[in-house]
Amino acid sequence: MQLHRFHGGLKLADNTEASTAEPVLTMGVPERLTVPLCQHIGDPTEPCVQVGDRVTKGQRIGQAAGYIAAHVHAPTSGVVEDIGEYPVPHPSGLSAPCVVIRADGRDEWGDTRMEPWLDWDTRDSRRLRERIREAGVVGLGGAAFPTAVKLNPRAGQNIHTLIVNGAECEPWISADDMLMRTAPEAVFEGIRIVAHLLGVERILFAVEDSMPEAMRVLTETAPAELADRLELVSIPTIYPTGGERQLIQVLTGREVPSGGLPADLGMVCHNPGTFRAICDAVIQGRPLVSRMVTVTGPGVHRPRNVNALIGTPFAELVAAAGGYDAEVDRLVMGGPMMGFAVHDDALPVIKGTNCLLATRPQDTPSPGPRMPCIRCGECAAVCPARLLPQQLYWQAKAKDFDAIQDYGLFDCIECGCCAHVCPSNIPLVQYYRYAKHEIWTREKERQKSDVARDRYEFRQARLEREEREKAEKLAKKKAAVKSKEGQDDDKQAAIQAALERSRARKAARKGQADATDSSEGSTGDAPEGHSGNHSDTPDDTGPGTEPAETGATGRSEDTDAADTTDATDDRQEHGR
Amino acid sequence: MRFRTESSPHVIPRHSVGGVMQQVLLALIPGTLAMTWFFGWGVLINVALAVGFAVALEAAMVALRRRPVGPTLADNSAIVTGWLFALAIPPLAPFWITLIGIAFAIVVAKHLYGGLGYNPFNPAMVGYVVVLVSFPREMALWPAPETLPQMPLGLWQSLQTVLTGSLPAGMEWDAITRATPLDALREGLVSGRTVSEVTASPVFGSFTETGWEWIGNFFLLGGLYLLFRRVIRWEIPLAVILGVAIPAGFFWILDPGAHASPAFHVFSGAVILGAFFIATDPVSAATTKLGRILYGAGIGLLIYVIRAWGGYPDAVAFAVLLMNMVAPTLDHFTRPRIYGHSSGNGPPPGAGP
Repeated sequence: MQLHRFHGGLKLADNTEASTAEPVLTMGVPERLTVPLCQHIGDPTEPCVQVGDRVTKGQRIGQAAGYIAAHVHAPTSGVVEDIGEYPVPHPSGLSAPCVVIRADGRDEWGDTRMEPWLDWDTRDSRRLRERIREAGVVGLGGAAFPTAVKLNPRAGQNIHTLIVNGAECEPWISADDMLMRTAPEAVFEGIRIVAHLLGVERILFAVEDSMPEAMRVLTETAPAELADRLELVSIPTIYPTGGERQLIQVLTGREVPSGGLPADLGMVCHNPGTFRAICDAVIQGRPLVSRMVTVTGPGVHRPRNVNALIGTPFAELVAAAGGYDAEVDRLVMGGPMMGFAVHDDALPVIKGTNCLLATRPQDTPSPGPRMPCIRCGECAAVCPARLLPQQLYWQAKAKDFDAIQDYGLFDCIECGCCAHVCPSNIPLVQYYRYAKHEIWTREKERQKSDVARDRYEFRQARLEREEREKAEKLAKKKAAVKSKEGQDDDKQAAIQAALERSRARKAARKGQADATDSSEGSTGDAPEGHSGNHSDTPDDTGPGTEPAETGATGRSEDTDAADTTDATDDRQEHGR
Repeated sequence: MRFRTESSPHVIPRHSVGGVMQQVLLALIPGTLAMTWFFGWGVLINVALAVGFAVALEAAMVALRRRPVGPTLADNSAIVTGWLFALAIPPLAPFWITLIGIAFAIVVAKHLYGGLGYNPFNPAMVGYVVVLVSFPREMALWPAPETLPQMPLGLWQSLQTVLTGSLPAGMEWDAITRATPLDALREGLVSGRTVSEVTASPVFGSFTETGWEWIGNFFLLGGLYLLFRRVIRWEIPLAVILGVAIPAGFFWILDPGAHASPAFHVFSGAVILGAFFIATDPVSAATTKLGRILYGAGIGLLIYVIRAWGGYPDAVAFAVLLMNMVAPTLDHFTRPRIYGHSSGNGPPPGAGP
């Protein structure tokens, strides 16, 4: 098969010898599990259990509210000890809502377990997708984008190629490698399910040339059912080949359009871990409650891969890997290029935890003093998105957010190649994240003010319309009265006569009752003025109750949702 | 257990500015030694003086700007600026030429614009041009490139000459200096001789004067080392050399009597030094691939144009400064096509929130 090359990239030592030498360890149930309610990209989930509830393994504890979301399940049986804010693995280092479960050690599935579908090939795409959604499956490469969404192509997107991303995301990580070596059947079953679901014609299974053992195992276990469609492809190990867009370029020579998705090219790309999770969800009825994690780095004694329950504290994984080296001073979730350093090892494993990397000061020395950019262009030479990172840096620094978008900020996949080669120690990716965040924030604010302006303009228009209608009504009434006058002359004359009679009577009493007369006249005027006020009242007190204005608010929510979709799509790409 | 939290990437950085500049300095050594061989101790004295001035002025400016002096000096950029300036001026130029040139280079061209990374013009070339246009007499006194046994000045005498500005008793400038090949060619052509008559002199080797040829070769060696170590990329040096050679070749083919050969142009003066060491200064050069090719080609072409029709026999400094001016524009118009885009320019479709 003709392979292609993406621009730039780096040849990095993959450092997986140690972690692949040890067998995969399936970890036991920890005493206490902290399960964050938002482990995926997208809308957070709502807790659907209460403090004190007993939960069984696989029971849903977090209910996805939006479309781009994934349910969260209890990783083991036990009692819900608390629902509240706990530190979670996130670059911000902030806390987020979590369900804390005190395990009862029995690890038992209750009657909430989904029924196994051994006959999955008789189910249609929609039901399979629903099952995958039920099971809370997300992309396990690290980005944790809800898989069911990725398996639901938009109308007009004809998916013909399924890509299995067996390229490890980053150096040091060997979770996919070990998964492919130890559970190839589950991966292939997952592939069969997805191939069936999407009806693809071709399956490209890419494995890096640094994983010959995985390649051998896969070649031996490839199922006959896939023989006509499956191609196992060995690809060169160049960081970031594990990025979806780069992998697609390597395999097909095509580029995913900017702002688009692989589905626009008729391709869908998933990680082997995700296929295993799909297999578990569909065939066993097992939701995503555990995952393979590489625990490695010079900061642990026995680097290895473990199968850990979601919610297990990092410290237990490190203990399973022989504990810390005495000099360890940094613990990274993810790989060395895109992972983030966590401040505490009490944080729990989440669906996106593919690796824990512990390092010593000599492995990751503090970067030297930050020097000015000398425009050497090394960053541009290694950028897989063919951006000009130094220009983006200047623009981010100058807060020139129009120019920076013009220079392709949102095509940056944050792979970190530029920062790695920068001789001036500039944390370039930080600048891009800052700029992206700033632009998103401004965009949200702009939308908010747009909504406010729409609302105001709508109110003005409505007031004018009412004014006009009132005037028209009045004019009509007047016209009606006038025409009546013309028709009913007799009646008019009779009234006239009556009025004159009363006037004559009044004139007779005039001398004594002057004051009373005038007060009567003023009360007679009052109701009209009051009714005028009344018609104005609703706008002043309750603009939210106006149906049209609710419409405007509704629109704002729509755009917000669309915004998140784009943003998450973006991150979904980048994360891999 | 608690840990340090620093931003990604969590790996040992590959390069440092100081390291890059160190490589450049290393690569300058063969050419500098060759110059010393042909022009005497004055070359090394100039390098030492210029580097000393440059570092001292850099330290003073950084201190004035209240920036950390140590890390700034550790980037070695002042040393490179001083060294390159020293190679550009005549080997026995008086010390105050060096001082004035370096002061302009470091104080005006570099720090008044914001220091390393912010200077739009190549500092060494700014300094050189200032002294070139201000002190034409001193800047024309190039000793004849003689071989060592005939070298008339020892280390001590050279030092005296540089410091006092006058030759030791009993020596005349006319006796030890000679027109550079480019000067000779220029004067020769003006006085109606042909190129072959000018280059018939025994001091001329296969392309140009033997000494200049060798100096060029050694700078080329250093330049190739930089290419090999990936400190510089091939675009600028190749484009500069071709930018000189192609127009030179064109006119040479038309009339070999009135125009020197492309090889003569490439190996005379500072073309090799300029192509590999001066035009490649990243701060003031273009940064995109195509931009670098255009930038280098522009420098080469301007060198030839100024040599052939301008007022100066060599023109590397002017060409570099002129192209420094357009480097940002070149960058703007030569952006590479971004992954997933159909063309290089314009806002990406559907990008942004």
